[in-house]
Amino acid sequence: MTSSDSSMLHLSIILFTAVFTDNILLARFLGMCSFLSVSRQVKTALGLGFAVVFVMTFTIALDWLAYRYILEPYAIEYFRFILFIVIIAAFVQFVEMAIERYSPVLYQNLGIFLPLITVNCAILGASLFMVIREYNLAEAIAFGFGSGVGWMLAIIAMAGIREKLNNALIPKGLQGPGITLIIAGIMALAFIGFTGVLSGR
Amino acid sequence: MDLFIIPIAIVSVVGALLAAALVFAERVITNYGDVEVDINDGEKLFTVRGGGSLLENLTLQKIFIPSACGGRGTCGYCKVKVTDGAGPLLPTEEPYMDAVERKEGIRLSCQVKLRNDLKIEIPDELLTIREYLCTCSEILDYTYDIKQFRLAFLDGQQMKYTPGQYVQLLSPQYEKSPEEVYRAYSVSSDPSNKAFIELIVRRVPDGICTTYLFDYLKKGDQIRINGPYGHFYLRDTDAPIIFIAGGSGIAPIKCILHHMQNTKNSRKSVFFFGVRNTKELFLVNEIKAFETAIDDFKFIPVVSQPDPEAKWNGATGRVTTAASDYLHKQPDAGKYEGYLCGSPGMIESSVQVLTKLGIPEDRIYFDKFS
Repeated sequence: MTSSDSSMLHLSIILFTAVFTDNILLARFLGMCSFLSVSRQVKTALGLGFAVVFVMTFTIALDWLAYRYILEPYAIEYFRFILFIVIIAAFVQFVEMAIERYSPVLYQNLGIFLPLITVNCAILGASLFMVIREYNLAEAIAFGFGSGVGWMLAIIAMAGIREKLNNALIPKGLQGPGITLIIAGIMALAFIGFTGVLSGR
Repeated sequence: MDLFIIPIAIVSVVGALLAAALVFAERVITNYGDVEVDINDGEKLFTVRGGGSLLENLTLQKIFIPSACGGRGTCGYCKVKVTDGAGPLLPTEEPYMDAVERKEGIRLSCQVKLRNDLKIEIPDELLTIREYLCTCSEILDYTYDIKQFRLAFLDGQQMKYTPGQYVQLLSPQYEKSPEEVYRAYSVSSDPSNKAFIELIVRRVPDGICTTYLFDYLKKGDQIRINGPYGHFYLRDTDAPIIFIAGGSGIAPIKCILHHMQNTKNSRKSVFFFGVRNTKELFLVNEIKAFETAIDDFKFIPVVSQPDPEAKWNGATGRVTTAASDYLHKQPDAGKYEGYLCGSPGMIESSVQVLTKLGIPEDRIYFDKFS
């Protein structure tokens, strides 16, 4: 195997791990708030999912650059929380503007979800994992993209289940958030079954 | 010291740079240039900087589209037909549109952004609606519970209205009411007087607006109105006319009669004015005077329960019965146009009487106030 092959393999392992075995939502429980509140319809879940994938992939790259070239040289890594959040917020603003201007149709689908993403803890969480795991830029991007896809997968699965549940007979006390949390728990259990299958660290 | 200052400075600088980049991006990206809005196929054109919502730009142009929520997309009132340039229907608009409206291109004007040239259609009646600041220049007592208010326009403004239409009067916050309310009153004055309008108002017990007008408004006070509204105006035909009004419902008909006199209208017309007792009669001589001023006009006041000591020698009984008896004697009863103004009960029974005489409902006109 040439070294580029192995690094491609390495990157795809990171990606696969982030999507399935170490799913940021169902194994790490980050981004639960929007997961629970915006999972009523597959259509909207898909919109939010795409927005998360997009923002996560790009902000993780920006955060990596900021960490590597601003925080590390001055040894002020402890400022990463503030800096990452600021970068995420600014990026989301920028993307919102750009999409609104150049692609009204995409804006129509993502528009209302984009501002929500700024406060989605999965985004910040991914950037912080990237620091802890000492990824390089390519690894970080693969991890960010994978985490986003994993998050989207989880919320779409949840939305699909909840759409089916609309016609189900649910005991009164469990309707709404109650049954949603139980489903989330069962889904998380299923994903925990993947633990240790691959570890892309 | 450096231990604190340098890290904080670095983070601040990064934050500032990001903010600057965003401001710059906003300048470049959200610069839509000038956008031309075309209302009703060239009836009115205006050019504004793009980027804002259609609603706020129309308001800046003094075109008042009804909106209760202030442009947040929650009331669904600000519907406007956009024939070109609005882009796809947004998720925020979908809940307020039915299938027909979607097909016709109806949009919520607060959600439509001006990105490019727009063509929109607005009904004429909305185009002429404005807000006016007036001074109450005269208050006349007509009966124990009916007054006439003269509102003079300020700053040489004029309201273009069709005789018979009504305005909405803003009753401000005052001690009996913590909120502002709008109430509708018909214009009663001669439309050739451009400097003012007059409204005839009957007191509603504990009514927010009428209590304000009767007990708080003084001569010289300022008051806001907007308008004109309504579809109650003289149709341009040769058909004979029957007006039926009760109490303060006389207002729009008085305005129409002034208009008929001014335009030398010679259509056959008759006006039945109903009140309960002679105490409630007002403006009788003024309306009677139209019998000489307008060709072929007859005024018949009807008192339903005259006091014996009042010695009323005019028509008695219900105004609708009197009107019905009169029309029965007319060979062309079914050709009449009916113009009604009064209480919902009076309008309902008038419509019954008129349709029974062969006048189709689409030739009976009234604005419903409740």
